[in-house]
Amino acid sequence: MARESEDTGMAKASKAKRQRKKKPKENKTRTVHANIHYDNAKGEENPNRHYATNKIKTTKYTVLSFLPKNLFEQFHRFANVYFVFIALLNFVPVVNAFQPELALAPVAFILSVTAIKDLWEDYRRHRSDKEINHMDCLVYSREDKRYVEKYWKEVHVGDFVRLRCNEILPADVLLLSSSDPDRLCHIETATLDGETNLKQRQVVRSFFELDCDFDPLKYSSIIECEKPNNDLNRFRGYIIHRSGRRDALYKENLLLRGCTVRNTEEAVGIVIYAGHETKAMLNNNGPRYKRSKLERQMNVDVFWCVIILLVMCLFAALGHGLWKFQYGDKRPVFDVLSPEGTDLSALMSAIYLFLTMIIVFQVLIPISLFVSIEIVKICQVYFIHQDMDLYDEETDSQLQCRALNITEDLGQMQYIFSDKTGTLTENKMVFRRCTVAGVEYSHDANARRIAMYQEIDSEEEECMSHGGTLPRRDSVTSHQSGRVVLRSHSTKSHRRTGSRAEAKRASILSKHTAFSSPMEKDITPDPQLLDKVNECSSQLDFMRFHRQPMSQLPSDLCDIIDFFIALTICNTVVVSSPNQPRHKVRTRFELKSPVKTIEDFIKRFTPSRLTSGSNSSSSSSLNRSSNKGCSSLLSSPSAESTLTKLNEEQLSSTLEQAFSPLAPCYDGKASGSPEEGELRYEAESPDEAALVYAARAYKCSLVGRLPDQVTVELPHLGKLTFELLHTLGFDSTRKRMSVVVRHPLTDQITVYTKGADSVIMDLIKAPDAGNSKGKRQKKIFFRTQSYLNLYAADGLRTLCIAKKILSKEEYARWLQHHLEAETAIQGREELLFESALRLETNLHLLGATGIEDRLQDGVPETIASLRKAGLQIWVLTGDKQETAVNIAYACKLLDPDEEMLTLNADSQEACAVLLEESLHYIQAKFFCSSGDQSTKTFQSNFAPFEMYPSSSLSTTSSHTSHFLVHRLGLVIDGRTLAYALDKSLEDKFLAVARSCRSVLCCRSTPLQKSMVVKLVRNKLKVMTLAIGDGANDVSMIQVADVGVGISGQEGMQAVMASDFALPRFRYLQKLLLVHGHWCYSRLANMILYFFYKNAMFVATVFWYQFYCGFSGSAMIDQWYLIFFNLMFSAFPQLITGTLDKDVSEETLQQLPQLYVNGQNSEEYKPYMFWMNMIDAFYQSLVCFFIPYFAYTDSDVDLFTWGTPITAIALFTILVHLGIETKTWTWMNWLSIAFSVALFFIVALCYNASCPTCYSPSNPYWTMQRLLQDPLFYLLCTITPVAALLPRYFYRSCQGTLFPSPVQVGRQLDKLPSDTRKNILSLSRVKMGSSLSPESPFLSLNKPKGSQNKQSSLLQTNKDRGQNSSSVPSYSEKHPSDIYPLAPSEQDISSYTRNSSRLYCEPKPHSTKDSHCLNETLQLSDLSLSSWIASTPLVTQTGSIHLNLPPDGASQCVKYTRSSEEGLCSDHVVQPAHRTVHVTEQALYTAL
Amino acid sequence: MADGPWRGFYCAFAVSMYSMFMWKVGRGRKKKGRGMTGKGELLHPGKDLSVLLTSLFLCSPADCAIKAMVKHEQEESPNRPDNTAFTQQRLPAWQPILSAGIVIPGFVLIGLAFIGVGVGLFITSRDVQVLELDYTGAVATDPCYKCSDPSIKDCGCTMEFHLDTLFKGPVVIYYGLNNYFQNQRKYGISKDDNQLYGDLDTFKSPATACSPYDYDGKRNPIVPCGALANSMFNDTFRLYRMVNGSKKEVPLNGKGIAWWTDQNVKYRNPNETPLINAFNGTVKPINWPKAAYELDTTDVYNNGFINQDFLVWMRRAALPDFRKLYRRITKDEYQAGLPAGNYSLEISYNYHVLSFKGKKKLVLSNVSWMGGKNDFLGIAYLVVGSLCVIMSIVMLIVYAKFKFPEED
Repeated sequence: MARESEDTGMAKASKAKRQRKKKPKENKTRTVHANIHYDNAKGEENPNRHYATNKIKTTKYTVLSFLPKNLFEQFHRFANVYFVFIALLNFVPVVNAFQPELALAPVAFILSVTAIKDLWEDYRRHRSDKEINHMDCLVYSREDKRYVEKYWKEVHVGDFVRLRCNEILPADVLLLSSSDPDRLCHIETATLDGETNLKQRQVVRSFFELDCDFDPLKYSSIIECEKPNNDLNRFRGYIIHRSGRRDALYKENLLLRGCTVRNTEEAVGIVIYAGHETKAMLNNNGPRYKRSKLERQMNVDVFWCVIILLVMCLFAALGHGLWKFQYGDKRPVFDVLSPEGTDLSALMSAIYLFLTMIIVFQVLIPISLFVSIEIVKICQVYFIHQDMDLYDEETDSQLQCRALNITEDLGQMQYIFSDKTGTLTENKMVFRRCTVAGVEYSHDANARRIAMYQEIDSEEEECMSHGGTLPRRDSVTSHQSGRVVLRSHSTKSHRRTGSRAEAKRASILSKHTAFSSPMEKDITPDPQLLDKVNECSSQLDFMRFHRQPMSQLPSDLCDIIDFFIALTICNTVVVSSPNQPRHKVRTRFELKSPVKTIEDFIKRFTPSRLTSGSNSSSSSSLNRSSNKGCSSLLSSPSAESTLTKLNEEQLSSTLEQAFSPLAPCYDGKASGSPEEGELRYEAESPDEAALVYAARAYKCSLVGRLPDQVTVELPHLGKLTFELLHTLGFDSTRKRMSVVVRHPLTDQITVYTKGADSVIMDLIKAPDAGNSKGKRQKKIFFRTQSYLNLYAADGLRTLCIAKKILSKEEYARWLQHHLEAETAIQGREELLFESALRLETNLHLLGATGIEDRLQDGVPETIASLRKAGLQIWVLTGDKQETAVNIAYACKLLDPDEEMLTLNADSQEACAVLLEESLHYIQAKFFCSSGDQSTKTFQSNFAPFEMYPSSSLSTTSSHTSHFLVHRLGLVIDGRTLAYALDKSLEDKFLAVARSCRSVLCCRSTPLQKSMVVKLVRNKLKVMTLAIGDGANDVSMIQVADVGVGISGQEGMQAVMASDFALPRFRYLQKLLLVHGHWCYSRLANMILYFFYKNAMFVATVFWYQFYCGFSGSAMIDQWYLIFFNLMFSAFPQLITGTLDKDVSEETLQQLPQLYVNGQNSEEYKPYMFWMNMIDAFYQSLVCFFIPYFAYTDSDVDLFTWGTPITAIALFTILVHLGIETKTWTWMNWLSIAFSVALFFIVALCYNASCPTCYSPSNPYWTMQRLLQDPLFYLLCTITPVAALLPRYFYRSCQGTLFPSPVQVGRQLDKLPSDTRKNILSLSRVKMGSSLSPESPFLSLNKPKGSQNKQSSLLQTNKDRGQNSSSVPSYSEKHPSDIYPLAPSEQDISSYTRNSSRLYCEPKPHSTKDSHCLNETLQLSDLSLSSWIASTPLVTQTGSIHLNLPPDGASQCVKYTRSSEEGLCSDHVVQPAHRTVHVTEQALYTAL
Repeated sequence: MADGPWRGFYCAFAVSMYSMFMWKVGRGRKKKGRGMTGKGELLHPGKDLSVLLTSLFLCSPADCAIKAMVKHEQEESPNRPDNTAFTQQRLPAWQPILSAGIVIPGFVLIGLAFIGVGVGLFITSRDVQVLELDYTGAVATDPCYKCSDPSIKDCGCTMEFHLDTLFKGPVVIYYGLNNYFQNQRKYGISKDDNQLYGDLDTFKSPATACSPYDYDGKRNPIVPCGALANSMFNDTFRLYRMVNGSKKEVPLNGKGIAWWTDQNVKYRNPNETPLINAFNGTVKPINWPKAAYELDTTDVYNNGFINQDFLVWMRRAALPDFRKLYRRITKDEYQAGLPAGNYSLEISYNYHVLSFKGKKKLVLSNVSWMGGKNDFLGIAYLVVGSLCVIMSIVMLIVYAKFKFPEED
């Protein structure tokens, strides 16, 4: 077919490309015509001919271009250029030092190894490209007048493709027709973003009404759309029909390459973007190259090596010049003339010699260093991959290292930025409790059930293996035991499949439906509420039967039924049946109401009701964190998702025949029976699913959802079909979603709204206080509010449910505007947004729900130990403040013992004031021992860097980190954060934040997350790690030094962007504390060793220059010199660099303090490089002069003398490594033995191989003779001992006299395990400490008695001012006092004093808890007020809340101390009616 | 040269390196830990690593998934890592901690052993007798002063010396040069190994390395070419014992002073008899008084390039002050050594070193099992040995003071 024209087509395409390059397209759009009207897809007249074909080519090289291109790329690495330069220098006869070919060998070796690696990779790419290019798809053929099979690569822009169910899209296709009666096409975007839920795509509006099959021949429109771009969530364009009508195209019309068609039998579309211009391909970014901190440091030292090299060369050149000069005109016989026979001047010889010396000393900059580091890193990555402890059985996923070259950075982290939802928590939403009409239903049974799941987890595995035969649960209401449920689930799949792998696959299959683990699905209803629901529905049934108006229903019952209806329908959950995953359940009932008046009319003009819904869902995926925190979608780690797909492919092939005549009817048997429990709900976010399952527990279940109707089954009432008029989808700014339905019972147009409490509570219609109903409403409102606070305090995610009844007129009015908005072309999103706002007002509050997002296993422990490891943990979440704070307490991020600063500001100025106050507070509390001076410096200079310059501190003091961290927690919300991140305030913000032990940023957007990380990274110059699981964390992950993705629930985007992907948060502990530590210390030691090794080896040659007239002669044979690094000494260090464990895994985990070692770069400090260099020079002196003196006055020849030096140097270097090696496995022994053996074997072979070759050394038979010489053995014994004596002595004394923490850890390792446990449990590790009175390490652990001292902040202190000099200073005398500092009374008094100086004289505050103190203070010129509320929080913490109400109504600083009863907040709220935010805050604090 | 054996060797090494690594990995795998029943088959050792590498280098979001899909069709194995001691980094290991128990005894042992060796070496070295005779003639009182002027040709001088005791045999005679940089780089390069191997082609066209000592002014090739050969030491010595006032020549043995491999393998005369034929069209090195084929006309096996003195000279000294073996005294009554008495050394002084402040000397020495006289090594052993002992004492003090009370 078209395959023959492929090549010519390609040629033309490339020609076209060239043309396009010459003449950039004048307009910014792409016009797509249908190819059907042109003979040849690439024909001259075809307007689509310029566009890229669908053939993809991701390879970098072709056969011809490989060598030049690869070499070119490799020479981007400076080291390679350097080595090639040196090798080429050898070809210059005047300066050459070695045999030129030989000198090329190492660099050629290095280059070719890399080239082979690249070639292999490229070949793999080529193969997979080929595979993909040759996948089949159906393309409409003009000749055949039908769809024919073609390869993917033959698809062109403008082709019509027919897509069948479960097919992968070959290109970006505009959907023109779908077999779906609703003109929808469902796609799964797992390959793009990992989200396995279905997304709906719509047929282009103009083709919507097409009832018959789409006929490509009749298509005559022209599509104009934007140029290819990589934004997956954007697509805009028009379709211009022949009639001239223009219809807008949206992203809902576009099917993206790589997605899979689901639930849709057949769809037809036109290719818009193909091949490399598809959005999926444009999103393909290659792996990033990051450079680790260690490597940066190393590069500095490489630079120093270059300096040393140049100095050495210069010195030698100078020496040579002088040496020549001394002979003057009397040329000695051994000084050779230049080849021309002329005598070179001393100057010229010196210059030539300089170059020669560079060649001779080239080993100083080790060619193998870079290669060795890469090898070691690959091995480290391999071991991290292989770690069983980082393997998650449940999801069959292990840790993935996606970045090869930053493993050692893991050991040097200082700041961790973590997402909350899905990272710290499981992102499994479990319905916990709800309040309806002001009555709380605690769902105690449900709570007990959930508690059981935790216990079961451990038992489950055993059950799995036994393959029990428990009966299947057959009713939703059988909730006696979660264990039964769980077991039956697992055993079912297990029994059926037998083998392990299959079981796994089956379990993955069952996971297909998002968020449907048994824990989430099975909710034990609250009996009280269940009774009410039953009562209510029976009454309803009765009333319907008797045709009574529904309004007679008692209002609380009415609320209850509305509440559940809202739970059921106010969402975007799609129902599918379990035996037929991915096939939508269709229940189309005849609409009951025969009269279609306004609706009918409306319907005609609302062809796409879902647009706004799906529009906003797209934006919600971006801004997810900022509102619900988790409208997330199930996903799975890559491997799993692909496995899933694989299964589906297999399934689909078998299932296809069975289901191909798609029966759009719903199995009648299922309806009305309890079997409905088997329906699967596919939700966009887990909390939606949780709510639907919750409603189902009350027998109020969602049975089917179609674009225009929702079917709900209610007890007694049976199936009710709600006509769905509109869905106003969730978006992050509104933080709510609404559905407009017509209630089948009341026939009223009803709006159900579900959203964040903070927004919904604002929209509740103010009850008129007059009548009783209004009073009731008010009561409900306040009760609900207090329950909401309670929920938040419990760490539950709260959602409010409200409804509104519209009159037909109101609806019609609104609808008109809405339709205008929908049809608008300009600013459609904004108009739709406004339209939604207009609708969602004056709501009637129904109730609220509390959903639990459980913490992942081991999160508190992990955080605690990471914190002990000196890591600062910041949590950046989109959740709201209360939830976030409570989760933070739950996961030990915030400590009840520590104070908490809360920053909420509504304006830039307010934020500035808040930050300043906080700074003063912190400063007063912790810094101001020396009174005014420090205050002044601090005030004058908010940049914290001059106060305590991190560099000087880190080097001079023994502090655990660069700056001082106090027992303070900082909570800041997104809005305040936005102000704080402003250029003018960021320094202040950092100054505050860095002194807090933990920071919690709530309601932060993805952008803010990344800005925070960037700010901390750049300003504080610290190592940052960002961990997250969702798309909203991607930017943060990319910005951080190390990005970690949780391959959990929320899709693959985070994983794709990350450097490391973990299955669970708690694995971070081992990854950092163990692997990070090991990788860092291994690599740091190896790099230092490398520098030492080369310096030591080269220095011996340097010393020789003094004895050979600085002529560049080397007593070490050129072979040894060149291959020493590459061969003889390469293996042991690789083994040590890969396997050495300075401290055992157990100790590292139990003693997280050892991590500080890496944070402070203690294994590799700048001075260590120089110490190593000095040691290297000393050792080389020994290695040179012992043979020198041993052979003086002998007839030894050059290489007979040089070879022992080589051997000695090798031995010394190996024994040196031995001293530095901490664990000796058989591999270490073997590698050292191998190195020695290799040297001798090579030497013997080499010296026996060719009598005339290898000029100038001609080492023929040298080694053989040496081995007969006793002197050789004597030298080999004494020299290493003499050379290493100092180091060995130092090391052994150091271990006793001043052991580093790591050494203490090693000593601890040696102890018997129970003794060790005892010591560790005491946590005041004393080992080895008696010698070191000021070991900072040990003092870290000392539990301070003062920590327990609870001091209330504003307590007037009688001893105030007394003895303020005794406040701990940061001298090294009390290093222990600096880190975990408990607020002492002196600190507080000084704060009070300071604040009083700043504002005015404080009144003596009462210490009684139930007092609300108000204190009015003038605050400069800013018309602002701040609330400083110091309350014992839920956890009895002394904390300051600094809230600034925006309106500035009351100009006061308010010191509030509120009581436990809490409702005193009521009157606090009154002045700020508009700012419910504050109300909430006050309420919250009151509770 | 380009296809020299190093290349092949290198390839072989690379292969062995790789297989070594794979073997290690394989070993680790074979030692499967407990409880891994699910995965029976032994994977190719490199497989995991290669999969890992591919996934690391190649994958990029969209197409990666498609590729992974294809890949997974072939591999059914789950991601579960192998539970082996190797992969879990739990290989049994010795963890030496430098504690008193190990360090101090170790130091003492090493120290004592070294002291023992040192004493042995020192005694050996002290038994070696050395007699150095400087005959440079730099000072006017020297007997060879008259010959030190380079303009005087064929100069001879005599040095007398007295031996108080028997100079134990076997006695070897070295000539020594000081401040002579035979290890100079360009000097060392300046030779043609193939020529010295008897390759007649290089007789016509010596290697460029020899230049400017490859052709004479008339473009005649110099054989042997190069500065090294050109500068060959050509003083000769005769030793006489004064017996009752009369001179009695001490026979000097010039055999076996060069390396056996040099004479038999590395250097060869061209395969022509008589040797002179091979040298047709060539000239002798400029500094040489006679051509290579005339070095020792009495002995075919000591003539040409395999002349022992030539070979000794061609083996470059390591240091600027060096000795080279000249002769041995092994014959007749001198087998046991040189008896006490007066001796006279006749020198034919041809080699001029004063221009570069060099010195010439003749050294008589006897040899022990460890070579010539060298006190250094013995002393070094003694010093290092005692340092070890001292350090162990220091450490004992340190440990006694700090370590032991902390044991509780």
